[in-house]
Amino acid sequence: MDLASLLQFLASGLTVGSTYGLAALGFTIIFNTTGIINFAQGEFVMLGGILAVVFMHWLDPGLPAAILLAVVATTLVGLLMERLTIRPVRNASAINLIIVTIGVSITIRGLVMLFWGKDTYVLPAFSGMAPIHLLGATIIPQSLWILGIAVVVLALLKGFFSRTIFGRAMLACSFEPRAARLVGISVERMVMASFMLSAFVGAVGGVILTPLTMTSYDVGVLLGMKGFAACILGGLGNPFGAAAGGLILGILEAFGAGLVSSAYKDAIAFVVILGILLWKPSGLFGVPDTERV
Amino acid sequence: MSSTLRQLTPVAAFFLLVLATPFLLRHDYYYLSILTMAGIFAIIVLGLNLLLGFAGQISLGHGALFGIAAYTTAVLTGTYGLPLAVGAVSGVGLTALVAMLIGMPVLKLKGYYLAMATLGFGLIVYIFFNEAIGLTGGPSGFVGIPVLEVFGFVFDSDLSYFYLVWSMVAVALLTSLNLIHSKYGRALMALHISETAAQSMGINIARHKLFVFVLSSVYAGIAGVLYAHYLNFVAPSSFGFHFSVQLITMVVLGGMASLWGGIAGAVFLTVMPEFLRFYENLEVIIYGLILILCMMFLPKGLAGGVCKLLSNVRRRFGREP
Amino acid sequence: MITRILFFALAVMVFISAPAAKAAEPIKVGAVLSVSGPASFLGEPERNTLLLLQDKINAQGGILGRPLEMIIYDDETEVNKAVLAADRLLKRDRVVAAIGGTTSGNTLAIMPKFASARIPLVSCAAAEKIVKPVNPWVFKTPQSDRHAVIKILEHAKSQGYKNIAIITVSDGFGQAGREVLMELIPAHGMNVAADEIYGPKDTDMTPQLTKIRGLNPDAIVCWGTNPGPAVIARNRVQLAMDTPLYMSHGVASKRFIELAGDAAEGLILPAGRLAVADQLSEDHPQKAVLQAYIQEYEARFNTEVSTFGGYAYDALTLIVEAVRRAGEATPQAIRDHLEEIHGFVATGGIFELSAEDHNGLDERAFVIVRIAGGDWELVSD
Repeated sequence: MDLASLLQFLASGLTVGSTYGLAALGFTIIFNTTGIINFAQGEFVMLGGILAVVFMHWLDPGLPAAILLAVVATTLVGLLMERLTIRPVRNASAINLIIVTIGVSITIRGLVMLFWGKDTYVLPAFSGMAPIHLLGATIIPQSLWILGIAVVVLALLKGFFSRTIFGRAMLACSFEPRAARLVGISVERMVMASFMLSAFVGAVGGVILTPLTMTSYDVGVLLGMKGFAACILGGLGNPFGAAAGGLILGILEAFGAGLVSSAYKDAIAFVVILGILLWKPSGLFGVPDTERV
Repeated sequence: MSSTLRQLTPVAAFFLLVLATPFLLRHDYYYLSILTMAGIFAIIVLGLNLLLGFAGQISLGHGALFGIAAYTTAVLTGTYGLPLAVGAVSGVGLTALVAMLIGMPVLKLKGYYLAMATLGFGLIVYIFFNEAIGLTGGPSGFVGIPVLEVFGFVFDSDLSYFYLVWSMVAVALLTSLNLIHSKYGRALMALHISETAAQSMGINIARHKLFVFVLSSVYAGIAGVLYAHYLNFVAPSSFGFHFSVQLITMVVLGGMASLWGGIAGAVFLTVMPEFLRFYENLEVIIYGLILILCMMFLPKGLAGGVCKLLSNVRRRFGREP
Repeated sequence: MITRILFFALAVMVFISAPAAKAAEPIKVGAVLSVSGPASFLGEPERNTLLLLQDKINAQGGILGRPLEMIIYDDETEVNKAVLAADRLLKRDRVVAAIGGTTSGNTLAIMPKFASARIPLVSCAAAEKIVKPVNPWVFKTPQSDRHAVIKILEHAKSQGYKNIAIITVSDGFGQAGREVLMELIPAHGMNVAADEIYGPKDTDMTPQLTKIRGLNPDAIVCWGTNPGPAVIARNRVQLAMDTPLYMSHGVASKRFIELAGDAAEGLILPAGRLAVADQLSEDHPQKAVLQAYIQEYEARFNTEVSTFGGYAYDALTLIVEAVRRAGEATPQAIRDHLEEIHGFVATGGIFELSAEDHNGLDERAFVIVRIAGGDWELVSD
């Protein structure tokens, strides 16, 4: 296999992996304040893409404005979800809350299907479709947008959690909610903020993905599953791990498809993940003993 | 003696209800076939409830285990024309064997990591069903599974299959009731509350977990065999990630650690969509909303809700009925 | 006296209307379609078409003076639900004939039920397995994958291509296409240069295409339904590949051109004549049927017609034709007369059914089209 092909696999893996990573970041944010896995995370990604398409056709405000509107609207969906379905039962057990999030994901899919049907939609690329040549491999500009924005989001989140009071308060909730409350942190507000932030990250992922991969009401299911795999692979609760997990998963799939067998590429990726988990039961960058369920 | 009686009364009532159902439905074969499907799912859910509700171990791989049994009996009886007994026993046996091989390494993982590992296992099996076209028929499915026949009796009517499936549900229920009221059952519950404490009491955690995992896979295996010979057709899409999540939902919605709840959850989630069909485009949304509301307002599931209702009634009338 | 006359008049009216009421008992035809779920892009136009035809037939006085009643169930593209819905049609609604399923998998699953209940089933799915070997009670309207592959390979041969790479989706449609491609490419004296698979929900196929590019084939054949083939078309442009790309008839809808955008330009595919109805010559027998269907469908549903809805159109018109020929609406008579339909002009082609051929179409039901300027261009008829 020549270098150009290997580079092409790498480019594919990084692009796809960034999208998994962004989904995984969303899981991590909510996990960190609530200890639950939000099954509606994939739906946030889907909403970002679909709403951008909807605003483009409906208001025709130009691509940047449509994207902004879509991201804001999805963030509000995150807020509503927390207010309506999580806060009223915040003392319920983790598994019950998880089933609630499954219910939310089904409902969101149903609503999107009702209003905008089951068609696949696409957004125009941010800066054209002309491929850029690099050492024999070709990349389209949208891939660079995806990679770049994923890195920026990751950096901002890292800064947010380690530098700002608000971010550190959110982290505190994850370690010990009762102690956090004692030092005057409103856990409710932090949980609400985490849902908004995670919907925001998901929506950003959705809008940058759609020009490349297209979107429909049901894309969230697969992205949610891959995102979950990515954040477990990287170690739950660690934003850096989630992003890294996403990239590793993407690269495994691309090289698996290119070098071994495209029919079994997902199986190859999951065999490797299983192997890693047996070797490191808390993921690659996770802290051991995060017994929560 | 009286405690045994109190346990047996609901079981007897359950038997009577099952016997009477076809007559209550006035032999409407369509509803009967949906309830047959619900019974098949109830068997898996009973096993999964032992694992999740009592031992506290999650599995997103039970859809795949169910599928392994269904495909094994399909291939053995359909492709190779082996006797049904061979297909059924190998189906359940292979499922248990796979569960044991997977369970040994994987059950060391905890919580979400265990969920991920079992999900990964399920996905790999699912891809195998899709890609091993020569063996499984691939994505378009496996056609030509023979009708079930036991000692010369052919289960080719909906009524006979309904009774067959629900008597298997009863067997599974009795086995599970026996188990949880045994020393073993108490050990499992101890394990759920705290593994460390259970270990210090001398409970061999690894062995207990593996035992329940394999036992629940046997339930899934039996269900898989029943399923394959009922539909006479299997396709990979019935055994995917989606189905595994639905099984977990049935357990939790019915009521964790309540065997009756598990059956109720399976029946509720299988039958409900039939009533929602009337709403067409709103069906999915209503389904989602019902799920959300149930989980929000019935924290102990359907079983917990019914218990609470009963105790309220008792309090109001001021005596034991 | 007046009361007695009135009573008499009433009695006469009851007497006259009684047989009329009996004659007006509806003819029940069932359908199991994937209106939602992954195959909804097929099932939804199929359902719409059946509703359209039902109203049209009833407005014209029904069949044999009896109204047509369509009973349509959505199986959500799930095989369990398809089987249950088939049960409901057979056991509760007691239909005289049925249409469906939408996908090959669902059809194969419900076929045995209809055969043992002795009710004719006309499928809207393409797989050859449905009618080969012939099941006396099962028919299908879509052209077989084999005919689409033959059309593609004839075109490829005329261009002098030798090495053909294939990339197929890992679902029932892709599997059926792959099997036929693997059989017919060598039979046409060509080589299968590469055999790649992608998942129905995959969003990036550059690894597979990169691998294919390394093998340097003369042409690529992609077998899938939206959105996968649109991704592949875009990935091909992204990789700056100029290898000719053939698509299957599974993407013969305008939606595909919209999704693939500029990347669709120059792609070649076999399609039913519905896509190019206005480009057909005036004397083509199908032209009038197609144009009427397109016009009625688009007027009622305010959305673009697709070839997939045509499968249901053909299924129902064939059943209606069989009832008319038989003069009665019993399952046995419908089945027997379906086999005797010849030269029946419908949307998919001109049906020549017989006891040995329960599809009644061959490769002439397809034309080769090229995508040019965002629209279909008839290459060869």
